[in-house]
Parts: sequence; C-alpha cells; structure tokens
Amino acid sequence: MNWAFSNVSMLAHLTGQHAYLALVPVLVGLAVSLPLGVVCVRYGWLYPPVLGLTSVLYALPALALFVVLIAYTGLTDTTVMIPLGVYSLAAIFPSVVDGLRGVPAPVRQAAIAMGFGTWRRLIRVELPIAVPVIIAGLRVATVSSISLVSVGALIGTGGLGYLFTDGEQRDFSTETIVGIVLIVVLALVADIVLVTARRLLTPWQRGATPAIRRTTSRRAALTGQAGGAGVS
Amino acid sequence: MSFFDFAWQWLSVSGHWSGDNGVPARLIEHVEYTALAMVISVVIALPVGVLIGHTRRGGFTLVSLANIWRSLPTLGLLVLAFIESGGASWAWVIPLVALAIPPIMVTTYEGVLGVDADLKDAAIGMGMTSRQVLFKVEVPVAMPLILLGLRTAAIQVVATATIAAYISLGGFGRYIIDGLATNNYQLVAAGAACVVALALVMQFAFSGLSRVVVSAGLRKQARQS
Repeated sequence: MNWAFSNVSMLAHLTGQHAYLALVPVLVGLAVSLPLGVVCVRYGWLYPPVLGLTSVLYALPALALFVVLIAYTGLTDTTVMIPLGVYSLAAIFPSVVDGLRGVPAPVRQAAIAMGFGTWRRLIRVELPIAVPVIIAGLRVATVSSISLVSVGALIGTGGLGYLFTDGEQRDFSTETIVGIVLIVVLALVADIVLVTARRLLTPWQRGATPAIRRTTSRRAALTGQAGGAGVS
Repeated sequence: MSFFDFAWQWLSVSGHWSGDNGVPARLIEHVEYTALAMVISVVIALPVGVLIGHTRRGGFTLVSLANIWRSLPTLGLLVLAFIESGGASWAWVIPLVALAIPPIMVTTYEGVLGVDADLKDAAIGMGMTSRQVLFKVEVPVAMPLILLGLRTAAIQVVATATIAAYISLGGFGRYIIDGLATNNYQLVAAGAACVVALALVMQFAFSGLSRVVVSAGLRKQARQS
C-alpha cells in the first residue's frame, strides 16, 4: 500500500491513459454499430454476412492484432485502439440489431398510425425501446475493452498494463495487485455509469411489472453474453 | 509488404515445421494449454450455471458478478500467479480459467433458466423426477446456448493462451513474444497467423459439434424459426 501512495501521480497518469485507450474505441464502435445495425434491420439479408464477419473479427487474438497493425501504424496508441474498436463493434452491433428487432410490432404500427415517418419513428420510438439491449452490449464491450488494454503493455502502450510488465520484471507482486485493483475499479465505475444511463434513458421501465423487466433484461443479458458470437 | 507476406516468408521455410520450436510442436502445446484450461473451467462453471438456472436462485448476483469478472486483466492475473507461486510453470492456468468461466457460466444459466415452463410441466406430468427433468429436459433444451458459451470461451482461450509464452512457456505465443523481443517481424507475424488459424478451426469445430450434440428436434425448430 505504501508503494501505491508514494506513486500516486504515476498511477493517476496511467489510469487516465488507460481510460482513454479503452473508452475511445468503445465510442467509435458504438458510432459505427448504430447506423450499421439500423441498415441491417431494414435490409434483413445483410445481417447474416455482416454478423459472420464481425464474429470472425471477434475471434482474432488481441496480441496478434496489435502485432499485425504494428506494420501499418507503428508502436502508437492507434495500434492498441483499432483492435479494441473492432471488438467493441463485434459486441455492440448484434445488440443494436437484436434491440431494434425486439420492438413489438403493435408499437411500430401505432407510431406509423400516429403519422411518424421512418426517421422520426426510429429516433423517437424504436431506438429508445432498444436502449436496454444496446446498453447490455455496450457494458460487455466497455468492460472487455478496459480489461484488454493491458495486453497492449506487451508492445509498450497499455495504460495500467505497464504495472504488470514492470511488476514481472521486478518480481514485485504489490505493483501487479494495484494494477488489477485499479482496472477492476475503473470497469466498475464505467459499468455503474452505463447502468445509470439506462435507468435515465428508460424512465418507463421503472413502473414496469417485474415480468416485463425480466424479459427485457434476460434478452439484454443474452445479447451481451454472445458478444460477437451471435445468438438469435 | 503486408502482414501475410511476412507470415508466409517465415512459414514457407520447411525447417520451421520440425523440431521443438517447429509449428507442429507449438501447435500441440497451444492445444494442450487450451484443452486443460477449458476442462477445468467447464468442471467449475457448468454445474454452477446449471444449478442456479434450475433452482432460479442467485441469478442476478451471478450475472452482475460475471460482468465485473470479465474486467480482470489476464496479463495481470498471469504475472500475479507467476510471482506468488514462486515462478511455477502452471501459473498460466489461472488467468485462462478466469477468462473462460464467465461466458460458460452465464450462458449455461440463461439457457437452463429460459427453458419453457410448459415443457417442464409436461415432463413433471409424465412422472419425471426433478433430477430427470434437469438432465432429460432442461440441459438438452439449453444445449445450443451452452455450446455458444463454450465456443465463446474456447476462442477467447485460444487467442489468449499466447500470453503463456510471457512466462517462458511454449505455444504459438512463443513466436510472438520472441519475435517482438528480437525485432523479428516475420516470426511475430507467423505466430499471429497460426493463432488466428487455430481460432477459426475452433469456430468451425464447434459448428460441427453442435450438429452432433443438439437434439434433432431442436435443430429442426431452429431452422423453421
């Protein structure tokens, strides 16, 4: 513990770098998944091939991807962030599709009957209803991303992962434990933020009967679980 | 020059396909690490998932815990296990098992939990005991999801077993770590290509396995829906 207190500024710097390396790719993954998911729901035949492709990308080992990218982007932050963005896409994209497909037909018909056009229906009705499932995918992507950044330490850019390579070289377990704890805490904080966001974005769920909530959360849990592996 | 050219340059040398550091030897090591980690994880995670799904108690805790569990950094666990065990060569088992448990446990739980209540009622009506319902109805019906969890876990373990080389063990990770240490990019690329190939083989193996293990009735249903 003394070690942690005497190195506070270094730990703060590494934690900040870690959060940056982990979260920017998740945001990019979300930004790509949303339009891609909307397109795949509208043109259903696109979904299986795109899902197949993201599943294959998900199967690529992080270390191997880092290494592949060194040839193109060198030993930079980008080399670590591109694979994380790809994994995030693979985890979030199926949840966007599942979430949008889970919108009950009567709800969609009611929106049409009220005169909502395609875009307004998507933004005002369908996406909000899909929020719990999308956030489930987002949670898996965020937590995995925060965990995976540390592998980047093997190529010299890994945020808190530095504490692991350094701890190994110095045979110093305190440093390693501090690293693990900080990463888990970071993931926990990010997860709490996402759960809070879900509650704020879906106020109608608070009054829902437990049965409805259970179905939604079950669907959400499964989508997230499958990650890129694709459950339908 | 692309990644594949680099990998090909190393892999096309016939001398790299024999001996202790040859591709076949490293493949066997890699598969050994994966298989052992998977067996241990299945022994731990499968019964817990089935039990919690069957009794319907503690599910929320399980899912929340599994989500945070995923954030445990594999590299950190590896280094910690290595240091704390005094440099034991089995230290790689711990991070790989920790990696494989959450997907297996959660999908098993969700699979068993999601079995249609009517189906269970019918089984009880036919005179099955609770144990029979579990093994003859709930587990077979949950099998597609259980396999999905196993596949996710297996692919992650194959991909991550590369880090065993970080504590001086073998497997394809040897090529990546050694190549990085000596700036031999061809070697690194060859190692990465081997891991990716093995991960893809694993993916196909599981599609084949699901044809054998999932009951014919469920497969038919899946095709129709």
